[in-house]
Amino acid sequence: MSVKKLSVPELVGRALEGDRRAIGRMLTLIERGGESADEITDLTHPAAKGAHVVGITGAPGAGKSTLTGQLIRHLPTLGLKPAVLAVDPSSPLTGGAILGDRVRMDDVAGDGGFIRSVATRGYAGGLALSVPGSVRAFDACGFDPVLIETVGVGQVEVDVAGAADTTVVVVNPGWGDAVQANKAGLLEVADVFVINKADRDGANDTRRDLELMLDLSHVSGHEDGTGYRPPILMTTATDGSGVEAMWEAVTAHRTHLEATGALERRRTARFRYEVASRLTTRMERSIARSVDGLTPDGRSPATVAANLAADLLA
Amino acid sequence: MPIESTDTGQPTIRVVLAKLGLDGHDRGIKVVARILRDAGMEVIYLGLRQTTASIVAAAEEEDADAIGLSMHNAGHLALAPSMLAALDDADLDIPLIIGGIIPEADIPVLEDAGVAAILGPGAPAEEVVAAVRGAVAARA
Repeated sequence: MSVKKLSVPELVGRALEGDRRAIGRMLTLIERGGESADEITDLTHPAAKGAHVVGITGAPGAGKSTLTGQLIRHLPTLGLKPAVLAVDPSSPLTGGAILGDRVRMDDVAGDGGFIRSVATRGYAGGLALSVPGSVRAFDACGFDPVLIETVGVGQVEVDVAGAADTTVVVVNPGWGDAVQANKAGLLEVADVFVINKADRDGANDTRRDLELMLDLSHVSGHEDGTGYRPPILMTTATDGSGVEAMWEAVTAHRTHLEATGALERRRTARFRYEVASRLTTRMERSIARSVDGLTPDGRSPATVAANLAADLLA
Repeated sequence: MPIESTDTGQPTIRVVLAKLGLDGHDRGIKVVARILRDAGMEVIYLGLRQTTASIVAAAEEEDADAIGLSMHNAGHLALAPSMLAALDDADLDIPLIIGGIIPEADIPVLEDAGVAAILGPGAPAEEVVAAVRGAVAARA
């Protein structure tokens, strides 16, 4: 029987039993948002066990997909059952997308792990709801860890990666110099650095630049108050070297988070952010309804907005 | 800003594209991927040397609305039925579309076997998009 014909509670029931088609369909409904997505959130929330959520981010071509592919090959040997959310951008012009991350993960599909390709669908609000929803669904279905792979070039992607327990930032030799490393942005959210393609020239220079950047975090007092310093790992994703050590560093970060109580703080922040995102979505819908059909009537936009706000926030 | 101009209110169509078996001619399938992307679809691109099992797994995990296979190795009379059988075994009711070098005489054979649409060389972009939309709509 087609999973498309199941009611949401039946679908979630099948998914929680491990039916892969049902899990796939459930993720589609989460991505579409709306009432079904909310219902799935309510049904999967009690079953979520607190899987380790790991963000993997970096510039296009840094090797995130290949690294993730190596990880999902390695993790089952440790008795783990990983799931991957591979996020790629939607075209801002047509809304379409080419989701190509599976090309580099192909020989692992169906081997107990689960890979889902996700398009950003052109707006931040959708991803801010669907990614936590999908992570929760994977968690409830017994997947742990949940890996979120994103291109770390925009605020959306940094936000998504930042919503993880542990964020891995992937860079390459020759990616930039010490000044680049001190620019604000992606590098600030890293819990673990990975220099991928470390067999290429310049890997040690990149390591030195990153170490220096971390040293300056100490000088400026910007470092983590718990004494954690992000480690820098070297990998060659194409042959898998360094991947085991990378996972050990990710696990060590999780242990650190638990030992210092930072895990609870991060998850509380994440909970608040998700609630805020949901409220924002509801508010945006109300706003769209209240401005629909408005025409200029001689009053200033500020006055109109102030009058409408009184109704909206009542 | 959300994309309003292309928001038709219809769910986004998700298509798995792959080359099945030993066939390295991937220029065509990359063009098709781009055509479908530009028509507003989400293309899950699997690339070369896929098996029926890897395509089934991807179709399940990605909740695909359609599967498109590109064939340029004259293996379509064996490969297309084996893909249909694998989908049937997995109880997946997803339309299969074949593109590539398919001789005229083989088209009815593939259609009778259950292939939803067949796209030959030089098929214009509109025909490719219409074939996918039509195949998806017919199963909805």
